[in-house]
Amino acid sequence: MGSSRSRFSAYSLVRQGVSGRPWPRMWRRHELESSYDAVVVGGGLHGLATAYYLAAEQGWSRIAVLERSYLGGGGSGRNTAIIRSNYLTPDGVRFYDHSLRLYADLSAALNFNVMFSQRGHLTLAHTDASLRTMRWRAEVNKIEGVDSEVIGPDRVKELAPSLDTSDRVRYPILGALYHPPGGIVRHDAAVWGYARAADAHGVHLHQETEVVGIETSGGRVTGVRTNRGLISTPVVANCTAGWATTIADMVDLPMPIQTFPLQAAVTEPVRPFLHTVVVSGSLHVYVSQTDRGELVFGASVDPFASYSTRGSLEFVEGLATHVLELMPSLDRLRLLRQWAGLCDMTPDFAPIIGRTPVEGFFVDVGWGTYGFKAGPAAGQALAECIAGRKVPALIEAFALERFETGKLVGEKGAAAVGH
Amino acid sequence: MLLLECPWCGGRNASEFAYAGEPMPRPDPESAGPAEWRGYLYLRANRCGWTRERWYHRAGCRRFFEIERNTQTHELRPVGGGAGGPDE
Repeated sequence: MGSSRSRFSAYSLVRQGVSGRPWPRMWRRHELESSYDAVVVGGGLHGLATAYYLAAEQGWSRIAVLERSYLGGGGSGRNTAIIRSNYLTPDGVRFYDHSLRLYADLSAALNFNVMFSQRGHLTLAHTDASLRTMRWRAEVNKIEGVDSEVIGPDRVKELAPSLDTSDRVRYPILGALYHPPGGIVRHDAAVWGYARAADAHGVHLHQETEVVGIETSGGRVTGVRTNRGLISTPVVANCTAGWATTIADMVDLPMPIQTFPLQAAVTEPVRPFLHTVVVSGSLHVYVSQTDRGELVFGASVDPFASYSTRGSLEFVEGLATHVLELMPSLDRLRLLRQWAGLCDMTPDFAPIIGRTPVEGFFVDVGWGTYGFKAGPAAGQALAECIAGRKVPALIEAFALERFETGKLVGEKGAAAVGH
Repeated sequence: MLLLECPWCGGRNASEFAYAGEPMPRPDPESAGPAEWRGYLYLRANRCGWTRERWYHRAGCRRFFEIERNTQTHELRPVGGGAGGPDE
């Protein structure tokens, strides 16, 4: 940490409280310089993590993060904050397990409390087919050393007593994939923690700075045009999630991505009663209770491609129907608000991360509905990829070339809900 | 809720339809190479703004049709400004 930043601690909390002075700003404002060694497009979790690891672990300086709006205003502030590593492919399990481990140490590493809560994750099975996929996932997980097992309805009831585990419902609960290391992290805190730590390492964070074009010469990146002027740089990292195609278009790089909104909603706060994350694929819903007591719900992506983040009534209707089938006791609870975020969906539900045919143009996109849990590992691996000559083994399987070679990484079976 | 204008059945709720995505001309199996198949199978324009797309009237006439939609505002208009109807 740079000397200009104050360290957060119990002592600083007391000192600040007694002195009544305002807290120092978490990150500084800078003039846009005319050149940087690396420009990260997108000031969300992935972009900030990439910039942070590039500075902190790879020793790079002169890094800029360009954000069109405000930091963490896209998918990073709109997801449902769930973390887990019970994926279907060995590549996916290894990657997300690493990310989960980084999350576990993140508060200490960034000196910022990200409210990491490893409370367990239940994926409910309502059909024989989903129970079969869960057995498969559990075996892959165990081989990779990830705690994950299939449990019966009685154990489900013990872990989440508010669930209706009777057989008098339309989709009775037949069992669940139980993943104790799963849980939630405060999503905004992860963004702010990375931003503050990146700033302390000298990264320039530029908000309200929109990329309008990317300059190339002889097949390699030479600069970035923004609404605040031209920046010359040999490295551009595209970390723009749902907007990934619009940035890749600037270097004429076609992408196998379609942008779909995913809607979420939150209820008024109630006393803590739900101690695990509960997911139902068949009922297209996932739910967790935040530390403030609100229930956060997410669902599957909207039925058609769109860049709009407006919520819809049919989403709330469907959500309420499904939630009440799972937890009938919630029928008096009121929804506070709903919103949508943009998901960059790929054909195989696995991300696209690493180099591209345009030299100096890196991508960290295609995370679809998995972006939040992947943030720390994706940022670390991309930083390593940018700084080194070799692609880190952790992300080798997720290269853009796989759509040419046909080596797809089918991760749809690990989706929390059917899409 | 989107109100989609099916050329055969008229305006209906989007929930009656299945989104079939960007129209992709199928490559000729006799001559197409791997690169062409890759484009057809995976690569998408994913435009932010006006796009041309296919929908399937699943709970109605069960026919495919094309329509133009703005992916940012959800405005709709017929392809090329004229209605592609049953005569096409």
